[in-house]
Amino acid sequence: MIEINQLSKKYKGAEDFSVLDLTLTVNDGEIFGLLGPNGAGKTTLISMLSSLVKPTSGSFTINELNYKENKLELKKLIGIVPQEYALYPSLTAYENLSYFGSMYGLKGATLKKEIKDHLETLGLSKFANKRVETFSGGMKRRVNLIASILHNPKVLFLDEPTVGVDVQSKNVIIDHLKQLNKNGTTMIYTSHHLNEAEDFCTRVAIIDQGSIVVKGKPTDLISQQQDARNLEEVFLAITGKALRDYA
Amino acid sequence: MHKLLASAYKEVLLLTRDLGGIAILFIMPLLLLITITLIQDSSFKTINDTKIPILLVDKDGGSVSESIHEGLMSSNSFEIIMSASEEDAKQKVFSGNYQLAIIIPEDLSKALQKKVNSNVEGILAKFGLEEEETIAKTASETDKKEVRLYFDPATQLAFKSSVKNGIDKMISKIETQSIYKAFQEQLGEEDEVIFETESFIAFREMSQTEGDTIVIPNSTQHNVPAWTLFAIFFIIVPLSINMVKEKTQGTFVRLRTNPVSYTTVLGGKTLVYVAVCLIQFALMLLLGVFLFPLIGLPKLDVSGKLPLLFIIATFAGLAAVGLGLLLGTIAKTQEQSAPFGATLVVILAALGGVWVPVFVMPKFMQLLSNISPMNWGLNGFYDVFLRNGNLTDILPEIALLFMFFIFTSVISIVYNEKKNAV
Repeated sequence: MIEINQLSKKYKGAEDFSVLDLTLTVNDGEIFGLLGPNGAGKTTLISMLSSLVKPTSGSFTINELNYKENKLELKKLIGIVPQEYALYPSLTAYENLSYFGSMYGLKGATLKKEIKDHLETLGLSKFANKRVETFSGGMKRRVNLIASILHNPKVLFLDEPTVGVDVQSKNVIIDHLKQLNKNGTTMIYTSHHLNEAEDFCTRVAIIDQGSIVVKGKPTDLISQQQDARNLEEVFLAITGKALRDYA
Repeated sequence: MHKLLASAYKEVLLLTRDLGGIAILFIMPLLLLITITLIQDSSFKTINDTKIPILLVDKDGGSVSESIHEGLMSSNSFEIIMSASEEDAKQKVFSGNYQLAIIIPEDLSKALQKKVNSNVEGILAKFGLEEEETIAKTASETDKKEVRLYFDPATQLAFKSSVKNGIDKMISKIETQSIYKAFQEQLGEEDEVIFETESFIAFREMSQTEGDTIVIPNSTQHNVPAWTLFAIFFIIVPLSINMVKEKTQGTFVRLRTNPVSYTTVLGGKTLVYVAVCLIQFALMLLLGVFLFPLIGLPKLDVSGKLPLLFIIATFAGLAAVGLGLLLGTIAKTQEQSAPFGATLVVILAALGGVWVPVFVMPKFMQLLSNISPMNWGLNGFYDVFLRNGNLTDILPEIALLFMFFIFTSVISIVYNEKKNAV
């Protein structure tokens, strides 16, 4: 279970808080969607939960482990699928996975089996020994995902895991994630694909300007919003149609 | 340990995937060493193959100009080209066609002879052998003569000073010989040699010996350690680029979420890049031992010195890698790390005495050179190569190099912790 208590983040030099007094509980086995326009604070929240960014105030625990006191244990427990391809382009898929798996302490036959199984499930077996720099965007996304789940994390943070991929790759990725969830992995997921989120998430929260505006099951949110037929209409009704460009 | 080895293996893979990079990493330092040694070899040779063409304008046409001409020829450093006029010679030198023109003034031989005769007669008169009045008159009539030297403005100071000293010495010798000759003539002993005109006091350079063999340092013994160190320290450029790439590729972000310490990540890089330094070092030694004699350069003598040389190379490699890790940790872009790293190596090399010996530097720079790890490494190598040092002799240098590695690594780790603390 993830318990977030009044978590805030204000970057150095920024005028506003990226995340402001955010309190949230994500239960074990949930796929929790963080939805929001650009600059809403989704990536900052995930970055704080995955030990990449230091919170300005507030706290959180993951499976009752406090991030300040149990850094190493917490890192073993979680996996993060970053928005960018965090891979070595000149290494093959297998070499990348072998290296990142080793960083989680996996080795020998266990490491080989995990890599083989995931590559197979995500349709990359025959490309295992090809350099990542030759891969299409969809293939890189899948390797990027495998590198984060080789150690079977209890909690997985997914920062737009299907951005820029073809429909086939997206389906394979989502199916694989659903399977992982069935096996007990709790997930926090951000995306701008609201249809995908509607189908994929057990609960979602719409964040704007660093705070949760609304949260609940996708079906409940749709039914609560007048004239809304899907999550996208709920989202636009709540966050408005004005552009959210920022730099 | 498993994570450390996996990190090291990943670094090996990354290096081997960039064959162009590997080639540059190993071939360029070798080319640098060959080029520098070939250029500097002449200054270490007793007999020089290359002669500098210089202009000589002889307005004197006497014995003095003849002696100067012979002196210049016998130095084996110059190719003498006679020029008709001072103006023409000056023009050619100032336009950069020649490094030097020597103008021997008109009647120099006669004037010198006159002056010497006058001095000798003066001395003899003191002993009552000549009339003093005539002598005083002759001496005052003798004007001073000057040998003019025109240098190309681009000529280096060291060359200028060496030429000036050489000519000065030559003229002094001619003067001395003339004085002896005049005395002999005045004493009426022209046929019999009563004065030995050769220098009584000679000097000889005493070199170190190894058993019965005299050890004379040559250009290879000087250049291989200096430029090998230069190449070893250049490792900071590819290493820092490797680290900056990890940041821009996002792999460093992933590593920060993994249960692995920054020390382990740096440890993997250290193992591989120190190994690269040692391979570079071995290649340079092989070059000195096997290739140099084939291209007319002195052979590098490593007999009985290899273990000590590799110890110094290992610690120099550690110091270089430590610096690379620090630069890679702090730099955000390749545009920051590559030029800064390259310039830093050049500065450290200059401070370390790779180009100009430390003892000729100004006092302040000599003080600064003490903080250049390249200076420590170079002294270590010279201890072994040129001073027949043993392990005890190189201990201070390798201790400094190791402390430098620890210092830079600790700063990298602390900086990273502070920067990325959660």
